[in-house]
Amino acid sequence: MTFDWPTALPLIFAGLMGLAILIYVILDGFDLGIGILFAVAEDAEQDTMIAAIGPFWDANETWLVLAVGLLLVAFPMAHGVILTALYIPVFVLLVGLILRGVAFDFRAKVPSGKKHRWNRIFFLGSVIASLAQGYMLGVYVLGLDVGLGGMAFGVLVAFCLAAAYAAMGAAWVIYKTEGELQKKAVRWLRTALVLTALGMAAVSLATPFASPRIFDKWFVWPQMLYLSPLPILSALLFLWLWRQTFHLPKPDDRHALTPFLTLAAIFALGFAGLAWSFYPFVVPDKLTIWQAASATESLAIILAGTVVVLPIIIFYSFYAYRVFGGKATDLTYD
Amino acid sequence: MDPLILSRIQFGANISFHILFPTITIALGWVLLFFKLRYNATNDSAWMRAYFTWVKVFALSFAMGVVSGVTMSFQFGTNWPGYMEKVGNIAGPLLAYEVLTAFFLEAAFLGIMLFGFRRVSNRVHTLATVLVAGGTTLSAFWIIALNSWMQTPAGFEMIDGKAHAVDWWAIVFNPSMPYRLVHMLLASGLTVSFLVAGLSALRYLNGDRSESMWKALRTGVFTAAILIPIQIFAGDQHGLNTLEHQPQKIAAMEANWNTGPNVPLVLFALPDEAAKENKFEIAIPDGASLVLRHSTSGVVPGLNDYPGNHPPVFPVFWGFRIMVGTGLLMLAVSWSAAFFLKRRHSLPKPLAMLMVPMALSGWLATLAGWYTTEIGRQPWLVTGVLKTADAVGPVAGSHVALTLAVYLILYVLLLIAYLGVLVHLALKAAKDGDSSPLPGVMKAAMSQPAAGE
Repeated sequence: MTFDWPTALPLIFAGLMGLAILIYVILDGFDLGIGILFAVAEDAEQDTMIAAIGPFWDANETWLVLAVGLLLVAFPMAHGVILTALYIPVFVLLVGLILRGVAFDFRAKVPSGKKHRWNRIFFLGSVIASLAQGYMLGVYVLGLDVGLGGMAFGVLVAFCLAAAYAAMGAAWVIYKTEGELQKKAVRWLRTALVLTALGMAAVSLATPFASPRIFDKWFVWPQMLYLSPLPILSALLFLWLWRQTFHLPKPDDRHALTPFLTLAAIFALGFAGLAWSFYPFVVPDKLTIWQAASATESLAIILAGTVVVLPIIIFYSFYAYRVFGGKATDLTYD
Repeated sequence: MDPLILSRIQFGANISFHILFPTITIALGWVLLFFKLRYNATNDSAWMRAYFTWVKVFALSFAMGVVSGVTMSFQFGTNWPGYMEKVGNIAGPLLAYEVLTAFFLEAAFLGIMLFGFRRVSNRVHTLATVLVAGGTTLSAFWIIALNSWMQTPAGFEMIDGKAHAVDWWAIVFNPSMPYRLVHMLLASGLTVSFLVAGLSALRYLNGDRSESMWKALRTGVFTAAILIPIQIFAGDQHGLNTLEHQPQKIAAMEANWNTGPNVPLVLFALPDEAAKENKFEIAIPDGASLVLRHSTSGVVPGLNDYPGNHPPVFPVFWGFRIMVGTGLLMLAVSWSAAFFLKRRHSLPKPLAMLMVPMALSGWLATLAGWYTTEIGRQPWLVTGVLKTADAVGPVAGSHVALTLAVYLILYVLLLIAYLGVLVHLALKAAKDGDSSPLPGVMKAAMSQPAAGE
């Protein structure tokens, strides 16, 4: 492979897009998860849980806008193919995101009698959005196969991802709260963790057998050796986290952030596996990242901006998280 | 079911719903900054009360704008894949810069602006307000640049049927961009000032005479009174720019069927596209020639010069008239309210009652203006480059019909909920007045706890 700009730029943008998706899944993952956990939380707990994500969710969702934006701007051909093939699931995702995003704000501003209604809408929106994302991922993994098998696989991934988000949500609650709710969140985490592990294992096994191309990318020597740390590390992290849940919360609230960071690491490992399965395609088995890429001069001008701006974004995002660090307190506008 | 028509209705509905909320947040950010700066300068807690009342409206509008904006960005791909395939090399970078430079900025500092008053210093909180206001405006800059480029494309060349950028400066600052940007920013300013004035008038009618109500009311009324004549001038300039670059749009706006001199200014008519004439026309002789060419014998372009290639006349003609009519009503209402507030230090009840529905006059004018300019660009999606009909995707009409129905229901319900909450917030503020304690404000201003405390 010669290394000139027309070759490198699409690769760089595929990497950036992957990074944006990963950050999105981790960040919006925990606030979607908290929406899912609304089903098993009581009124007062719901308020605290909202307080734990209130200042962040807008910025979290922006990573999805960036990810889709990068797909749109860097790979316009793929963008059209993927989104028209996934027309209905994308629509379901959007309805979920709309309901969740507005419910979040409405529930705090409506007369108190109507708050319950918006809490339910918040739960519903979060579940719908999570399931739709998982379903889309499943269908995408199988090369946008919308036959019966592809749909079944999509449903499997949908529940797996919803469970994974619930686990992230529980881990965030453990980090941001104390007392009875924190203990409850540990129990939530345990349940969600089992479901996540089962789902991830099922998906990891099903994927290579459903797609011959992915099978060939994983099960040949010596790739198998290089790739083996991905599943092994993931399994070890799962087991370790599972054991940890029996000792949480710890005195002085030590390690309150550990479950969240561990889950983020598991997500990153799973994501690396997916990325390897797809490379070099952006539409599986149809369009490579080079075939789908925008003109070099357009990518160059975006990259120039990205290199300057992305570090600034990451810096001030950290700052925002720091400002609202520590345990969640009542969220008031004044 | 024709996917093209359904997709157009769907996108039209989505963008109509979306535009309502950026129109509010763009200018409301600056109004909030004004409240905050007044508070910083005077230490008068009434300014902070006004801030807290309106920051909630900002948060809700921002959330509505985000979710409908995300929907819109997905619809580029789900319904209009031909758009990015043909002009993605131009549209892509502009959209990318919007997300990178503006959207993240707003979203990240919004949290601090909303909930951070007691967590950061007063100075950082003010800075967060500046960054959010600046971010929304920067966002508008990029989106308007792209929209204007679609209206009056420049700085590109076509290679193998795809647009490629040649001169980015010419692309961003294309011929209609400065006019459109100014017109839109002023529209946002007017929308917000009438909203603030109208909801304050509602509080007034409910017996609220608190200092925070007066402060918001005066801010709204005086801002509107100052902005409206500027907007009328800017709109006129924008019209002349359109005459130069998109004459077929002007022909439709004026419902002028034949090119020629001494063209009348049509005040009322029902344009009939099949018969190529206006029914029930009421017009001022030579008016359009005078307005557009500053001479009674000035030649005004007519629709006969663009057979099969001009926008539908009826919606463009009426969109324009509704916008202008609303603008004139805004002028009358804001100037009389300004007169009474300045000279009499009071607000007559009938005027206050008129100002309540006028709270939404900005939305009406903005939507009417958008229809004028966007329908006025048809049949082109990108003038001279890409026809709307060529950008639509291979999705089944039945799918689009289903999603369209659900979107419409969702938008209507959300709009009702949104307006309900605005009224609820105003009535709640009216009930509380300035008597309820303002937790944390004075304390925070004095002790200013540091981040992470």
